[in-house]
Amino acid sequence: MGLGLLSNTLVLLGKELRTELRSRELLTTTVIFILLVMVLFSFTFDPSSSEARRFGAGLLWLAFLFAASLMLQPCFLREQTNDTLSALRLAVSDPFAILLAKLAANTLFLLATELLMLPVFAVLYNVPVFPVFGQLLLVFFLGSLGVSVAGTALSAISAQARMRELLLPLLLLPLLTPVLVASTQVTAGLLDVQPFVQWKGVGFLAVFDLVFLTALWLFGEYLLEE
Amino acid sequence: MKKQAAYAAFVVLLLAAAAYAAFFIAPTDARQGVVYRIIFLHVPCAETGLLSFFVCFVGNVAYVLKRDAKWDWLGVSAAEVGLAFTTACLVTGPIWAKPVWGIWWTWDARLTSTAVLWLLYVAYLLLRSLIEEPERRALLSALFGIFAFIDVPLVFGSIRWWRTQHPQPVIMGGPGSGLDPTMKAVLFFCWAPMLALMVLLMQSRYRLEAMRGDLDVVRREMETA
Repeated sequence: MGLGLLSNTLVLLGKELRTELRSRELLTTTVIFILLVMVLFSFTFDPSSSEARRFGAGLLWLAFLFAASLMLQPCFLREQTNDTLSALRLAVSDPFAILLAKLAANTLFLLATELLMLPVFAVLYNVPVFPVFGQLLLVFFLGSLGVSVAGTALSAISAQARMRELLLPLLLLPLLTPVLVASTQVTAGLLDVQPFVQWKGVGFLAVFDLVFLTALWLFGEYLLEE
Repeated sequence: MKKQAAYAAFVVLLLAAAAYAAFFIAPTDARQGVVYRIIFLHVPCAETGLLSFFVCFVGNVAYVLKRDAKWDWLGVSAAEVGLAFTTACLVTGPIWAKPVWGIWWTWDARLTSTAVLWLLYVAYLLLRSLIEEPERRALLSALFGIFAFIDVPLVFGSIRWWRTQHPQPVIMGGPGSGLDPTMKAVLFFCWAPMLALMVLLMQSRYRLEAMRGDLDVVRREMETA
């Protein structure tokens, strides 16, 4: 099973990436959305460097979470409108590969947009991020993985309901409370005047990812039933 | 039906007894005065709400594995009843907090987790209302219910570690905390009617859902005929 799952996942991941890179619709709209939130946020508080250190982490993660809840919409919807989900299911031996590929693709897309927007944030709010870039990358990766694992599962659910565009954020955002709290705390520590890594938060994010990956592995195949 | 009415009467009697105990048997708190008596409603509501959500989780897992509509009926009944108790808990909390803490709300671990829990189960019921086909609705909402319940300890943990700047809870809050023995006894006694009420509500709601299920089968048969 192990090797088959891995190769299936890689092939499917390639398909997800190719589909996106052909149009780049998802990445473009998500980047613009995050930029928009960043600009609008500056009107809600005094955007000086010291204030930005206090609110910046929360701003970033709220923008990421809202962007993700929009970005994850087409994840399964696309398969549904083109009626390709049953073909995918027939093509792979383990349906978990479909979920794994989708969540890997979503993590990569989310991470890419976050890394694109990080320098913009640094410039707009005068917060130096490059000295702690490595640590930020780790938090962004763990946070985005958590968002994508839960988000992929819930997008498979919401795609089959009415009002799906509104439903996904309503299902997803409360579920992601732990990710928001932990990643904001760790990021705030990294944006501090004397940056520090809150390993407790990093560990917590890893635990969240692991718990939801396990849940997805256990119950994932039921998500794809037709 | 007669049995049900007798049981309902029993629940009402228990509730009355609990109210009597809460108002007249439990001593008045030395520091908080009379207002503290709301805990005899607030705490049992919170615990019963959590228990209902656990029942919902059991129903969800059982449905996913066994695909028997009965488990789905149990799931939705438990979620609705749990939501009712949690709402009561969220309403009674601030009523107590205002005179004692001087504020309606504080973002501490228990309050915030309860609020997130409430939102999660509102989302669960919302999801159910947006899927027409009964089997699909049952399966997808059960899966969401499972994810939501797994999330609860993580929500609590994250908020407890990072967001609490607030005195320790009075009950089970470590050394120096604790309740007067009579108060404790009354508090435990007050839990009984809430549990009995939970069972009563879940039963009625389950029966309603079962009737809806049966009706749905008949309707679909008529449509195909």
